[in-house]
Amino acid sequence: MKEINDLILPDDVRYTKDHEWAKQDGDIVTIGVNDYAQDQLGEIVFVELPEVGDSFSAGDEFGSVESVKAVSEIYIPISGEVVEINEGLEDAPELVNGDCYKGGWLIKVKPDDPSEMDNLLDKPAYLDMLKG
Amino acid sequence: MRYLPHTTQDIDDMLKVAGCKSLENLFDCIPDSLKTKEGIDIPQLSEWELDAHMDELASQNIACRDYKCFIGAGSYDHYIPAIIPYLISRSEFMTAYTPYQPEVSQGTLQGIYEFQTMVTELLGMDVATASHYDCGTALAEAALIALRKNRKANKIAVSSLVHPSHRQIITTYISPAGYEIVEIPATKEGLTDTAALAGMDDIAGIAVQSPNFFGNIEDLKAFKSIADEKNVLFITSFTEAIAYGFLKNPGSFGADLVAGEGQSLGIGKSFGGPGLGLLAGTGKQMRNLPGRFVGKTTDANGEEGFVLTLATREQHIRREKASSNICSNNGLNAMTAGIYLATVGKIGIREIARQNHDKAVYMKKSLVKAGFESAFDSPFFNEFVLKAPENFEAKRTALINDCCIFAGMKLEPFYPELKGHYLFCATEKASKKDIDHLVKEVQ
Amino acid sequence: MNRQPGTSGLIFNEPLLWDKSRPGRCAVSLPTSDVERSDLDAALTGDAPDLPQLAELDVVRHYTRLSQWNFGVDSGMYPLGSCTMKYNPKTNEVQAARQGFAGAHPLAGDEFSQGALKLMYNLEQYLADITGFDAVTLQPAAGAHGELAGMLIIHAFHAKNGRQRSKIIIPDTAHGTNPASASLCGYESVNIKSGKNGILEPETVAAVMDEDCAGIMVTNPNTLGLFEANIKEIADIVHAKGGLVYGDGANMNAIMGVVKPGKIGVDVLHLNLHKTFSTPHGGGGPGSGPVAVVKALEPFLPIPRVQKDLDSYKFVTDRPDSIGRIHTFYGHFGIMVRAYSYILSMGGKGLLNASQLAVLNANYVKESLKGTLNLPYDMPCMHECVFNDKIQQEFHVSTMDMAKRLLDYGFHPPTVYFPLVVDAAFMVEPTETESKEAIDQFIDAVKAIAQEAGDNPEQLKKAPLLTKVTRLDEVTAARKPCLKG
Repeated sequence: MKEINDLILPDDVRYTKDHEWAKQDGDIVTIGVNDYAQDQLGEIVFVELPEVGDSFSAGDEFGSVESVKAVSEIYIPISGEVVEINEGLEDAPELVNGDCYKGGWLIKVKPDDPSEMDNLLDKPAYLDMLKG
Repeated sequence: MRYLPHTTQDIDDMLKVAGCKSLENLFDCIPDSLKTKEGIDIPQLSEWELDAHMDELASQNIACRDYKCFIGAGSYDHYIPAIIPYLISRSEFMTAYTPYQPEVSQGTLQGIYEFQTMVTELLGMDVATASHYDCGTALAEAALIALRKNRKANKIAVSSLVHPSHRQIITTYISPAGYEIVEIPATKEGLTDTAALAGMDDIAGIAVQSPNFFGNIEDLKAFKSIADEKNVLFITSFTEAIAYGFLKNPGSFGADLVAGEGQSLGIGKSFGGPGLGLLAGTGKQMRNLPGRFVGKTTDANGEEGFVLTLATREQHIRREKASSNICSNNGLNAMTAGIYLATVGKIGIREIARQNHDKAVYMKKSLVKAGFESAFDSPFFNEFVLKAPENFEAKRTALINDCCIFAGMKLEPFYPELKGHYLFCATEKASKKDIDHLVKEVQ
Repeated sequence: MNRQPGTSGLIFNEPLLWDKSRPGRCAVSLPTSDVERSDLDAALTGDAPDLPQLAELDVVRHYTRLSQWNFGVDSGMYPLGSCTMKYNPKTNEVQAARQGFAGAHPLAGDEFSQGALKLMYNLEQYLADITGFDAVTLQPAAGAHGELAGMLIIHAFHAKNGRQRSKIIIPDTAHGTNPASASLCGYESVNIKSGKNGILEPETVAAVMDEDCAGIMVTNPNTLGLFEANIKEIADIVHAKGGLVYGDGANMNAIMGVVKPGKIGVDVLHLNLHKTFSTPHGGGGPGSGPVAVVKALEPFLPIPRVQKDLDSYKFVTDRPDSIGRIHTFYGHFGIMVRAYSYILSMGGKGLLNASQLAVLNANYVKESLKGTLNLPYDMPCMHECVFNDKIQQEFHVSTMDMAKRLLDYGFHPPTVYFPLVVDAAFMVEPTETESKEAIDQFIDAVKAIAQEAGDNPEQLKKAPLLTKVTRLDEVTAARKPCLKG
C-alpha cells in the first residue's frame, strides 16, 4: 500500500469522499477512480460499467470495480447522462491500476448542472480528508 | 467408539493443557440454564447391527429387487459402467473440501474444468458452471437472472410442460421478491403453445423444457424468435441429458441460458437425490451466472494449473449483494458426470442416445398395438404419453407386485385433464424381451 | 520437518482428457440394438457432441492420477475452521450404495418406497431430538439451501401474520451466506457488532430490534468458536417485538447433547449433514441442509412432508401455508442415508462424546499454540479457535504464507481470512476424530513454521514447495477467464 505522500493526485481534477475523480472538458465530465482507490483494491480484474444513455444523480452507484477477492461499488460524482464508456477496460481492466487518470478512465458524462463540480473536493481538501 | 481415538490417558493429558478438570468443565462458558438435562435418546448400533437394520429398511423399497423401470419424469434408469463408482469412490475425491487451496486440489479442479468443457460441448453453450443442486434449482436461478436483468417486467413465462416440480421451485424462489410465473399453455400435440406465448406481454424471460415433461421435442427455434421479438432472455431446460447425444443442442437454437438435470450421466436414482444441476450460458451471461467456476491459469513457475475463479460474484464476497446464496454445489456428482462423459465419449453418447430413442419408439408402437392410444403425435426422445385401456391401473399395480415391472406413471395428479393417461420411458437398458413381456402382460 | 507427514512423492503428470483422445476409442461396451433403428426429423437432430474418445484404462488412469493431486480427510488432518472436516465413515458409503436405496426411483409411489420413507421419518425424529425442535425438513440440498428455506419460512410466517417486515439483524461474525440468503427474501441486512469478548450483547440487539425487523440470524457457537451465552436474552428481545430467531447450526458439532437450540429461544435452525453428521464433502458437495423449527413454524415447512400413519409412511403435499417446494424430489436422500448411519453408529451418548472431544481438541490446540500465534480472543473456546499473524507481521510473514507452508508439512491449512472480525484470521477446527498424536504433529508443524518466519521468511513466501503446482496466478484467471478447453 502506498503512503499518502506517495499518491498521485493531479491538481486539475476534483475528488469525492469515495475516491472517485472527475474532470471537466467543455460540456463533458470524465470520471474515474483515483490512485488511492486503485491502490487499496490491488490488482483489478474487472470493471462493471453502465450503458451509454443511462442517467444518474450525484452519489448514485454507477458500477463496480473488482479485484480477485473484493468488489467495490463506484459512485457518480455529478448528475448527468452517460455519453461514453471506456470499452478498452473490458479487455484491459489493469489500465485502472497503471493509468487511472488517463487510459483507465471509466465513463464520460454530460452533466445536468455543471456547477455541481464545485461541490467536489480539490486536491488539498481531499488530502485533508485522507489524513483525517 | 471406533471413530473417537482418545484414550483415557490422552483425555487427562489434554485436559491438563486446556486447564480443565473434566470434559464437562469444557462447557463452563455455557450458562447452566441453557444446558439440556435430558440428553439425546438415540440407541447405538454396532457395525453389524447397523448392517442388519439398513438391510431391513432397504428391503422395504421395491428397488431392492431387480425391477424394470419404465418410468422417467426427471429420474432415469441408465446403465452405469463399473469404472464410474469405482473411480468416484477414491477418497481423495470424496473426502476433500471445496478446492479453496488449489495447490492440493488440482485433481478436483482439473476434473471440474474438464466437466465444464464437456457440458458446454454437450449443450453448445459458451460457459457452464461447476454445478448446482438439481435442474429445478438451476432453472429457478436462471429465472432470477432474467427477472433481475429486466427492470420493467416482474413476470416470467414458463411452459406448462416444464417439469411440475421445477415450476413449483421457481415459484418458491421468486415470489418473496414480488415476481411471478405466467404459464404458457400446451397445445393438443403436447407441445408448448407458441401462439399463446406471442400474445404475452410484460414478461422478463421465456423458459421452455425440451424434451418436455411429456417427452416431446419442442421447436426451440420458434421460441427463440419470439424471445428476440420481445427482447427477453430465452431459457431452455431438460431433465434427460442423454437426449443431447442425438438432438440438436440448445445453443444452436440461440438459448441464452440452459438449466438441466445431469442425473442420467452416471449418477444413481437414489430416490431423487443427490442429482446434478447443470447451468450454462452464453459468454454474455458469464458474470450473471451464480455458482462456482474453475478456470485455467499458471503457477509461479509457469506450470499450467487450475483455480476457482470469478469469485466476486459469490456470497462470501458480495454478501447481501450476491445474486444467489449458493455455496456448496454437487461437486462429486459433477465429477461423476465428467467421468461418465469421458467413458462413453463421442461414439458412446451418440449410440446410447439413439438406442434410447429406438427402444422408446418400439415400446410405444407395441403398446399402441396392444390397445393403448397415442396421446400425441409429436416427435419424442425416450418418453411418451399413452391413454391406457380401462382396466390398466389394476394391472399396473399387479405388475409391480408380481413381476417388479414399473409400467408408466399416472399423469392425472400433475395434469388433471389427462385422466387415464400415463407417461412411459424406455432407456438403453430396456431389452426387446422386457418390452415384449410388458406388452404381453398388459394386453 | 522431522517425522512430519509431508514429503515429496512421485507425482504423475496427466494431460487434459482431449489431449489423450484418439478417434475411434470408446470406454463403454455398446450392446447391439435388438430393436429397429428409428430416425428423427433432421431439423431436430445434431452432430454427436465432440466428447473425448478414450479406452477404459485411459479413463481409469486419468482419474486415478487426478485424485492423487488432491488432499482429503483420508490423506491427512484437515483443520479447516467452520467446515468440520471429521472422518467420513466407510460403512455410511456401504449403506447408501445398497440397491434398495441407490436404485430407488423417486416416483415409484409411497407403497413401494416404505423403507426410504421410514428412514427419512426416523432421521427427522433423530435430528429433532438432537436439536430440541418440534419438526424437521430434510429437503434442503446444502447448508446455504437450508438457510434459504429457513428465511423463506420466516418470510412466510410474517406474511401469514398480516404484515411483512423489511429488515433482518445479522452480526459481524455471520457466515457470508447469511446476508445473501436474507436478501433473496427481500430483507435488508442490519449489521451489528459483537462485544469486546467476542459475543453478542443483548443491548446491541435491543438498540436495533423493532417491529420492522423480521428477526435475527445467529450462529451459535459463533465463527470465533465462542458460545453466545446471551442467546436467551437476545431471543427474548427479538420475540418481544414479534421477530424470530434464526440459528445457523453449521457449528452444531460443538454442542450435541450439551445444548438443544430449540429449547433456548431459537425458532429455526439449519444443520449441515456434511459437517456435523460426517457425510463426505466431495470436493464441494453434494451436502444436505435439514431445517428444524418450533411447533408454530411447522405449517410453513416445504412440501412434500413425510407422515406416519400407524405403521406406514406417506408423502403429504396438502399444506396450504407451506413455502412450497425447493427441490425436484425430496432432497439429497443419498446423503440422508449416510447421516442416518452415522447417528445410529454413534448413538446419543456417542454424539455427546464427539462434541466433548471436538471441544477438547480445539482447546488443546488453542493453549498449545497461544504465544506462537497471536490469539485475539483469549478465552475458553468451543470446537474451533481463531489466531492471526500479528506476531509474524514483524517479519512480513502473513497468515497466507504460513497456511501455504503447512501444505509442505503434510497438513491442510486452517480456514484463513475468515471470520472477518479478526484481521488475517487463522481458524483451526481439529474435530474429534483427530488423535492427540496427529494434533501434536500439527502443533509442532505450526511452531516450526513460526520459527521459519523469523529465520527464513523468503522461503515461506514461496511455499508450498512440495505440491504438484505452486501458488497460482489468480489475477490472470479472473481477468481473462478461461473456463473451458
